[in-house]
Amino acid sequence: MLDPGNARALARASRRRPSIALRLTLAVAFILALAASAALWSAWRYGIQAANEAYDRLLTGASLQIAERISVADGEVLVDLPSSAFELLSLARNDRVFYRVLGMAGETLTGYPDLPLPDTDGSGAAPVVYDAVYSGETVRAVMATRPIAERGMNGNVRVVVAHTVQERIGLARDIATRAAILVGAAGLAIVLIAWFAVRHALAPLRRVERALLSRDPNDLSPFEIETPRELEAVVDAINRFTRRLDRRVTAVQSFVADAAHQLRTPITAIRAQAQIAASEESPDRLRRISRRILDRSVAVSRLADQLLSHALVTHRTDSEPHALVDLRRIAMEAEEETRRFADTAAELPLLDLPEEPVTVAGDRFSLREAVKNLANNAMEHGRPPVAIRVSTEGALARIAVVDHGKGIAKEERASAGTRFRRNRAASSRGASLGLAIAHEVAISHGGELQLRDLDAGGFEVALSLPLSEDRT
Amino acid sequence: MIARLVSFLVAVLVVAPACAADFDFPASATPARTLVIGSTTDIGIIRPVIVAWQKANPSVAIRYRELTTNALFGEAKAACEGDAPADDVVLSSAMDLQAKLVNDGCAVTVDRPGLNALPDFARWRSQLFGLTYEPAVIVYNRRAVAAHEAPTDHFALLDLLRQPGRFEGRIGTYDIEASGLGYLFATLDDQRSSTWGRLIEAMGRNHVRLYCCTQDILDRVADGRLTLGYNVLGSYALAEARRKPDLAVAVPSDYTLVLTRAAFVPRQAANRADAEAFLEFTQGPEGRRILNEEALLFSPIDGEDQLFKALDARQQEKRAIRPIGLGPALIVGLDQMKRRLFLKQWRDSLGIGED
Repeated sequence: MLDPGNARALARASRRRPSIALRLTLAVAFILALAASAALWSAWRYGIQAANEAYDRLLTGASLQIAERISVADGEVLVDLPSSAFELLSLARNDRVFYRVLGMAGETLTGYPDLPLPDTDGSGAAPVVYDAVYSGETVRAVMATRPIAERGMNGNVRVVVAHTVQERIGLARDIATRAAILVGAAGLAIVLIAWFAVRHALAPLRRVERALLSRDPNDLSPFEIETPRELEAVVDAINRFTRRLDRRVTAVQSFVADAAHQLRTPITAIRAQAQIAASEESPDRLRRISRRILDRSVAVSRLADQLLSHALVTHRTDSEPHALVDLRRIAMEAEEETRRFADTAAELPLLDLPEEPVTVAGDRFSLREAVKNLANNAMEHGRPPVAIRVSTEGALARIAVVDHGKGIAKEERASAGTRFRRNRAASSRGASLGLAIAHEVAISHGGELQLRDLDAGGFEVALSLPLSEDRT
Repeated sequence: MIARLVSFLVAVLVVAPACAADFDFPASATPARTLVIGSTTDIGIIRPVIVAWQKANPSVAIRYRELTTNALFGEAKAACEGDAPADDVVLSSAMDLQAKLVNDGCAVTVDRPGLNALPDFARWRSQLFGLTYEPAVIVYNRRAVAAHEAPTDHFALLDLLRQPGRFEGRIGTYDIEASGLGYLFATLDDQRSSTWGRLIEAMGRNHVRLYCCTQDILDRVADGRLTLGYNVLGSYALAEARRKPDLAVAVPSDYTLVLTRAAFVPRQAANRADAEAFLEFTQGPEGRRILNEEALLFSPIDGEDQLFKALDARQQEKRAIRPIGLGPALIVGLDQMKRRLFLKQWRDSLGIGED
């Protein structure tokens, strides 16, 4: 029994587009048919031409032989038809033969008096060859002209010889048939060879197919198959896809682990405080405990926010298309959001923006989250005043958060942002998570995260991104 | 020329009814079909073939119309042009006239396997078929010409004719103005041999006698009124020689023209199927046996062997047989102007005047 999913898959399979082999075969067959028709047509033309040339010579020869036997005696034009002329015409074994000899005034001296004449008067030296219809059949005719110059007589005697075209068509058909047999045989051979060639050419596809099918579902490592150039793109795409999938799966797994670990400890602490609060009766202590609970809740909420933000940023890295973004706008939005979540007591970040837009290709949400996290870090761990600064440096755009503290310990700067450490003090966890978000965003935008001490004192964390060339 | 044509037509009209004779072979089974054969062949000679065919096809009534060659040609031409009823088979010894009718598109194509065995010279366009194999021979009277001086070739004949006075008025041949067959043989002799001119001059010196028909010559040679007959149709001569011991037949060894009676089925034929079957029958085993042994007309397929079997053994030497091929070359002789020129040449050579 088929389950519904299988049935759908089968239905899809039956709707599949024609296979490459079929397409190739059709294309080859089409080209072949075209070439064969052209070959047959030209063979037929050639056959007709060859037959015409051969048999026209017979006609011409016969007409000249007859013309040669024209004489004048006692003022009368005499034609002594040579039998050799007719023996010559008999070489076209199955054709009917007609002839007509016309005197100088155009009168028929002998022969078939209604045999058609050519349109031209044939006064030229060469015999005129033409087609006509006579006795219910197509005939090929030749008219030869014999000038007569005798005493008192001057003019042309014309000899028309015609025969039916049966033998010509037979010869033409014979030639064309031979050509057709040849073309057919060649076509058959080409089809066979093409079939083998197509099979051979498509063999790598089969190899890829087999490799895909035989793959363990949990194995997301890149394929290492030998492929022709044309398939490299496909295999590369598959590999990119699996890499992305692998990254995504890993990210989700580590997010779940991180989130669980990060949230469990502070929530346990909150629960402990709440338990203490439940049995506490002194109002002073209660107030202190609830104050601690609130602090911790805020920290946990921020942590959760950051974790989700990190997950989102990681997700968007692979999926969101990049648009043109003005970093000044990012700075303003980040500042706004920081303000919304910051303690009222805290000093708000300052904005240091250039006059001109600083445009990069990127994901607005990710960039904003990165800057927001850096600003939060600065406000929480650094020393005010905190500023968000946007600038350009050659082909690079920078969006930096500056504070006047000492910054991150020098020995940790190298690994900053790559991953937050689980065994670190809870207070700095949020900071390293924020850096991780910023780092990830910087990398996914083709830039880097830069940490440096400022000459004038203070510490700067900056996203250094390539400027978009297309500033619109 | 017009006058000649008119006189020719008058001759045809006057002579045709006199010569024409219909012979009916009624069908012995029903339903009856009718096969009409227009022919120039003597009924006495062809009867065995017709009887044998009808035995195999009892439901076919046969009307055998015997006409002269010119009359048959005239009727077939009229039928071809739609002016007269057509025969189902037209069979004539005038190969040239038959070739002309086929050339003018009067015949249908016959595709019968039995006729495929015919040699090339006896077939044209799968429309015209030669059914017989009849040599042009020299006949002589055994009493007047000794066996050792028998004219075994044209040169021997020439030598004989040079003997002054011996053949004066005692040699006969066709009047080619009256006999289509004689004219055909004469034109072909002219085309194919170098002796023809000398031969007719020699005959002219000997005051050759001219006859319209083969039988006239054979009768006269057999009874001694003539010593020699030239270009006589071999089939008739052989049949006569069987009955008349004084009549000797010589087949010239330098070259021998062979005539084949040509038949076609006209386009307007009412009974084409039986007509084709009849043609095929004549070249089948039974038809050939009759042609070879009873009619002495022989068949183009095996006529050469059968002919020399019918002659005496001494003549069974190598021979240059020249069958007259069916084809468009035959119509040259029919050309009005050619005929006029040829007859003039013939008359001049024989030394006879315009009349």
